[in-house]
Amino acid sequence: MCSALALGIGSLEAAVKWMVFCVYVVELARSHERIRALSADRIPDSALAPVENGRSQRERRKRGETHLPLGKPGVGFTGVRMMGIISSELERCWSEMGFHLLKSRRLYSVSLQEFWHRHSTHGIFVFEPFSAAKMPFLTVVCGFCVARFQPGPAGCERKMRWVIVDTPTSPVTSGLPLFFVITVTAIKQGYEDWLRHKADNEVNKYPVTVLEDGRSVKKESEKIKVGDVVEVVEDETFPCDLILLQSSREDGTCFTHYTVPDTEKDLQALTAAIECEQPQPDLYKFVGRMHIYKPEQEPAVSSIKVKPAWQLLKPCTLFHLSLDRLKCFYEPLRRVLHESGPGQIRPTYFQQCCSLGATLTSLGPENLLLKGATLKNTKKIYGVALYTGMETKMALNYQGKSQKRSAVEKSINAFLLVYLCILISKAIVCTTLKYVWQSKEGQDEPWYNQKTQKEKDTNMYLKMFTDFLSFMVLFNFIIPVSMYVTVEMQKFLGSFFITWDKDFVDPEIQEGALVNTSDLNEELGQVEYVFTDKTGTLTQNNMEFIECCIDGFQYKHRDNRSELDGFTVTDGPVNKLQQKAGREKEELFLRALCLCHTVQVKEAGSEVVTDQVDGIDGMIHQPEEERGFIASSPDEIALVKGAMKYGFTFLGLESKSMKIRNRQNDIEEYKLLHVLNFDPVRRRMSVIVQTKSGETLLFCKGADSSIFPRVKPEEVDRIRMHVERNATEGYRTLCVAYKQLSAEEYAVADTGLREARLALQDREEKLMAMYNQVETGMSLIGATAVEDRLQEEAAETMEALQGAGMKVWVLTGDKMETAKSTCYACRLFQRGTELLELTVRTLEDGRSWSTANQDYGFIIDGATLSLLMNPPRDADASLYRNLFLQICQNCTAVLCCRMAPLQKAQIVKMVKNSKGSPITLSIGDGANDVSMILEAHVGIGIKGKEGRQAVRNSDYAIPKLKHLKKLLLAHGHLYYVRIAHLVQYFFYKNLCFILPQFLYQFFCGYSQQPLYDAAYLTMYNICFTSMPILAYSLLEQHISIEILLDHAALYREIANNAMLRWRPFLYWTVLGIFQGLLFFFGVRFLFSNPALQDNGQVFGNWSYGTIVFTVLVFTVTLKLALDTRHWTWINHFVIWGSLAFYVFFSFFWGGIIWPFLKQQRLYFVFANMLSSVSAWLVIIILILLSLLPEILLVVLRKPRGPHSRQMKRRLPSSGTSTIFMLSQTASTHSFSWSD
Amino acid sequence: MMASSYSAKEEDGHHSGSAGLGGTAIRTRKPDNTAFKQQRLPAWQPILTAGTVLPAFFVIGLIFIPIGIGLYVTSNNIKEFEIDYTGTDMSSPCFNCSQSFSWNSTTPCKCILSFSLDQPFEEPSKECEPYRTNENKPIAPCGAIANSMFNDTLDLFYIDPNGTKTQIPLIKKGIAWWTDKHVKFRNPGSNPNLTAVFKETAKPVNWRKPVYELDTDPENNGFINEDFIVWMRTAALPTFRKLYRIIQKKNNMTPTLPRGNYSLEVIYNYPVRSFEGRKRMILSTISWMGGKNPFLGIAYITVGSICFFLGVVLLFIHHKYGNRNNNSDIPN
Repeated sequence: MCSALALGIGSLEAAVKWMVFCVYVVELARSHERIRALSADRIPDSALAPVENGRSQRERRKRGETHLPLGKPGVGFTGVRMMGIISSELERCWSEMGFHLLKSRRLYSVSLQEFWHRHSTHGIFVFEPFSAAKMPFLTVVCGFCVARFQPGPAGCERKMRWVIVDTPTSPVTSGLPLFFVITVTAIKQGYEDWLRHKADNEVNKYPVTVLEDGRSVKKESEKIKVGDVVEVVEDETFPCDLILLQSSREDGTCFTHYTVPDTEKDLQALTAAIECEQPQPDLYKFVGRMHIYKPEQEPAVSSIKVKPAWQLLKPCTLFHLSLDRLKCFYEPLRRVLHESGPGQIRPTYFQQCCSLGATLTSLGPENLLLKGATLKNTKKIYGVALYTGMETKMALNYQGKSQKRSAVEKSINAFLLVYLCILISKAIVCTTLKYVWQSKEGQDEPWYNQKTQKEKDTNMYLKMFTDFLSFMVLFNFIIPVSMYVTVEMQKFLGSFFITWDKDFVDPEIQEGALVNTSDLNEELGQVEYVFTDKTGTLTQNNMEFIECCIDGFQYKHRDNRSELDGFTVTDGPVNKLQQKAGREKEELFLRALCLCHTVQVKEAGSEVVTDQVDGIDGMIHQPEEERGFIASSPDEIALVKGAMKYGFTFLGLESKSMKIRNRQNDIEEYKLLHVLNFDPVRRRMSVIVQTKSGETLLFCKGADSSIFPRVKPEEVDRIRMHVERNATEGYRTLCVAYKQLSAEEYAVADTGLREARLALQDREEKLMAMYNQVETGMSLIGATAVEDRLQEEAAETMEALQGAGMKVWVLTGDKMETAKSTCYACRLFQRGTELLELTVRTLEDGRSWSTANQDYGFIIDGATLSLLMNPPRDADASLYRNLFLQICQNCTAVLCCRMAPLQKAQIVKMVKNSKGSPITLSIGDGANDVSMILEAHVGIGIKGKEGRQAVRNSDYAIPKLKHLKKLLLAHGHLYYVRIAHLVQYFFYKNLCFILPQFLYQFFCGYSQQPLYDAAYLTMYNICFTSMPILAYSLLEQHISIEILLDHAALYREIANNAMLRWRPFLYWTVLGIFQGLLFFFGVRFLFSNPALQDNGQVFGNWSYGTIVFTVLVFTVTLKLALDTRHWTWINHFVIWGSLAFYVFFSFFWGGIIWPFLKQQRLYFVFANMLSSVSAWLVIIILILLSLLPEILLVVLRKPRGPHSRQMKRRLPSSGTSTIFMLSQTASTHSFSWSD
Repeated sequence: MMASSYSAKEEDGHHSGSAGLGGTAIRTRKPDNTAFKQQRLPAWQPILTAGTVLPAFFVIGLIFIPIGIGLYVTSNNIKEFEIDYTGTDMSSPCFNCSQSFSWNSTTPCKCILSFSLDQPFEEPSKECEPYRTNENKPIAPCGAIANSMFNDTLDLFYIDPNGTKTQIPLIKKGIAWWTDKHVKFRNPGSNPNLTAVFKETAKPVNWRKPVYELDTDPENNGFINEDFIVWMRTAALPTFRKLYRIIQKKNNMTPTLPRGNYSLEVIYNYPVRSFEGRKRMILSTISWMGGKNPFLGIAYITVGSICFFLGVVLLFIHHKYGNRNNNSDIPN
């Protein structure tokens, strides 16, 4: 019984040790995947998740692509829920595609076949909702433990049964630090889990109104099933991706094409099926169709259901869906159908549908309401839930943040590997020497130390192995397990300083900085490349209409003068002083501004509405300030407001007719026929409207480069100068053109557009072709200039960043001239900067330069970039890319204009993966910057005007660009220094902690005798030395914040991970070894005569260990004190406090006979030590001696100054003249670089 | 020793109070303006420079060298005499052998008699195995350490010039730590008759006598036998010495051990030849710093000199380059 217990304890010990080892292995391979992977496993393998591009979601999860939006408010996901009546056809489809079902919760998986066996053909299956949090809150700890140890070496459990390691230290000794680490980490994880749970619940348990059986039912948002009709009222967010069915607005705006002023009571039976594409992340793309069947004859069956039929991969699978089973009852849809008209699309499939009485309508991105968006300006809408949970576009767009790992962590892992090698080699050396020593005659089994029967029985090799393990356990303290806790705590607590910083508080929004992840604090001190967005980041995104140019004449509005026509004419560049364009042209231009947009008028309240009615009568002037506009882009508003200044007011869109009030206060009404949406490729948008007189007009506005080719050249010449001049002044310019469509032209365009919209395949391409076809032969009427002011202190910030050695790249979608002027304004380009332009326009330029010592700026545009990235011959791709990188890396500033959002991310990725893998930082404010923010090592969001998308996806969010300076130069710098020191110090202090223990093995016959007492072994990292370094790593300011901000160049001193490279690591290691040797041998020489007391009594091995340990604790603490440059009271308290605690603890520990200890090893050892003068003297001298080199080094080190180094900027081949050419010929693009 | 600047930011201290008051009224998302949260806690910022460390080196040098000299002299004044009585031949162990030596120190002092063992000492970490039971009785005291207790007997005789041998009185008590003897080691039970107490136990395999016969003095018998306690305080290093007996100082006038010839008589029990160990008897005087150990004195003198030397070097450097260095210092 007893022996069984002992065996049990033995194996427990072994288990603990194994776990220590496992943890090391795991920690070594520590990556985000560890916990996440497990958390992903917990999520029921929703094989339901459709296959996308032949890769299942599961696969993607394996590759770490879809990290779940853990704890992100608004993106939290509800369970994948799918409820459907499944026909046997569908089943066959699915099984063909290899789907199998898994019951969640119990992780009970059945293959589809089995499933269908057990259930009727029309079975219903439901997936339980699951939560984003890893596990139910209460089970977190045990769950955590499982998570923690699961990745250990497989089968170690079995080994434990027969390998029982003799423990040199008690299991508590090794186990306690581990336990501590696990507890702390578990608490942290649990806390984060709890937060996630809360966030999840906010999203998942969010009450929504669902129409069920004709009644509104309140439901939790996670219970929404695909096909439910959901009601959303104003200012609510959409709980999932919805297809808009009906909106309360009567004017037909709100992007809906199905507006019918019916109320709920008129509901009649209607059957519809929605076909849509597989869930895909592109927010701006959606292709779907809705089939609506003849209403059934029964009177209003009061259930409202729209069943989606998933469009499966192959188009042919569509036929397997038995459509008649999918029913829905909804009257308004029928009306919609009548509007769109049946039978417009002709594939055989539709004939089938039509034979069933179905009519068809197309669904595009404008019909889809994305989850997370908020309903504005509309009281109520109804929509069909289409994608829910993880399949919403938002969720699919979510990229795991956890993939970001800081360079410091990589360094830690490298160091850990070194220390693991040290540990293993120490164990091997000791084991080997032990057996060498024992092989000598008489040493194997001296009479005083006979072997136990068990030892005699065990196999020699097994014994060697257990000895090896014992040494591993003995030396395992060299691996700073507790460092992980300290690092995590440091990061977690340290990040509060960013949130707390009052300098980051913006008076406008009354908010400070936001830290979304604390893992990257130190990365802020390592940034080498800064990628910044222009609009909203460098500039305020506060658009103001500055001037316009009509027919070659320049108009500039002045506020103080508002006479009859509201125009003031300033001198035009074409020297037509005091001239104006013709009145007709003016009015046409202003009408174009009023009509060609997607702006909505915001109604401030009911009285405003009545005001508007009055306004229609032309009696009352609506005060302009009260009129709010909502638009997707602020420059549209600026244009509408600009037109307002000149007397043309846009009143709103009601039932597809746009109303404007002209200068004569007459109301003009235009029927809106088509909107040709803006897209970044075309870079223009158009509207087709019909006047009261029946004329059909097309108004188009867009970037000059996209408009000029589509209008008459002679018109271009008149306006081009204006546009270019405005662009150089830093304004955003747009050109406006129009075209009158004849009835036939319109008919062609109309059918073409409708057909293209209904297309399921290649809809984009078809639409694009149609748009291009319609938008030709226009005539240019004018151009506008909108100013976007620079952010406060943008220039200073940019200058500081450059001074800190960072390379600033501006990535913008704007045109080159505008962006260039912004760059000049931000002082990214200086007067002396030589600009290298690589744009389609300058392709033929050959440039040469000889001055090597100059600043270079580089400009490239999107088109050229795509030429570079995707050259006609694949072989050139890497060559081009390398050349491009080389050039860019040698320029001080790079401007990339005309970038698509994806290209931004592409550039970031390219730089990130370039040689030396520099640390990149992206800063932006808009949704178009999200990809770039996620791609960069550190993503920074600006709490700007363009919503919270960027903020939500960023790692850090700041209110203004100017805060970036302090964030990087002060916070980043300090964090980096702190954590680097923390890491080095931890390795150092554990090395000099365990080295004496290793050396001691040579003096005790390799018997695994520990040098220190178990209490000391356990407490060393937990209590005695942990707090000072934590305080240091939170409070240290080796250089004060003001100086860091004033001298940006100081940032360069820590560039390239300077404090965690191998050199400093070697220095710390050597220091640790030196001190370890000193501690051990210093005391060893003292102990050559262990009679150290004046009464001749001798000290034993525990005194030896205690003296070494005392020296050790004092030395490492004082070493930290030497390194501390910023002594706050906390540092004083913690440093002196932990020394005092050590002394107090030692007295206490040695002062009592502890009943739970078998051996009172340390009983009065410490007190006895203090009673010996020699011990005092040796402690003092050893502390002094071990700190002496450090003091000397500090004194002799060259003082670090802000002017110490200058960055070298060189072009790839300086000295010789370099010709850089990109020539374009008709067929091929070639890019050559020659010396 | 260190140049320091004290940068208290008082205005922040004031703010913190008012911010706290304001914060209660309206909970804004604005962070508190406290010195801690703004990382503006008043701090002492010491900077080690040549100018500040220099005097420290001189001071250390000046303090350490005298201490070192004092230690060295003390250590040198300690008289120590050592006899290796292991014997050379395995077949003729030196049982009851006696060795003569002369002692010529006349200072009255406390002397100690120690034995020194030179064995590749292995710390047995296993609790009691394999010395837990013998013949189905529990061994008392159990364990390998107790089992290997040193059991030679050393006696010291003064040989008068006329040839008579006088035994030097050796004191058995006071060789173990007071706390060990009085607190840590206890005889089991309250029964003073140790023979009865230990009746059910067996003696350790290698012992000649059971534990209750270690001494006749009941205050020094059983587990509280001081020889046993001394042995149980395991030594740190393989070559170790342990206090065996104390020779009490008589008074301040007469030398503790008169000058003359002495004879050491050994009852040889403890086998060390099997592992090539050595046994020594050491007779030594004792001082305030313990036994003879020149290491400390030398270390202090060396470190003191190094510091002094470094001070000189630094002074030189400071004078030659000091001005240049100061200019490029980071302003603080």
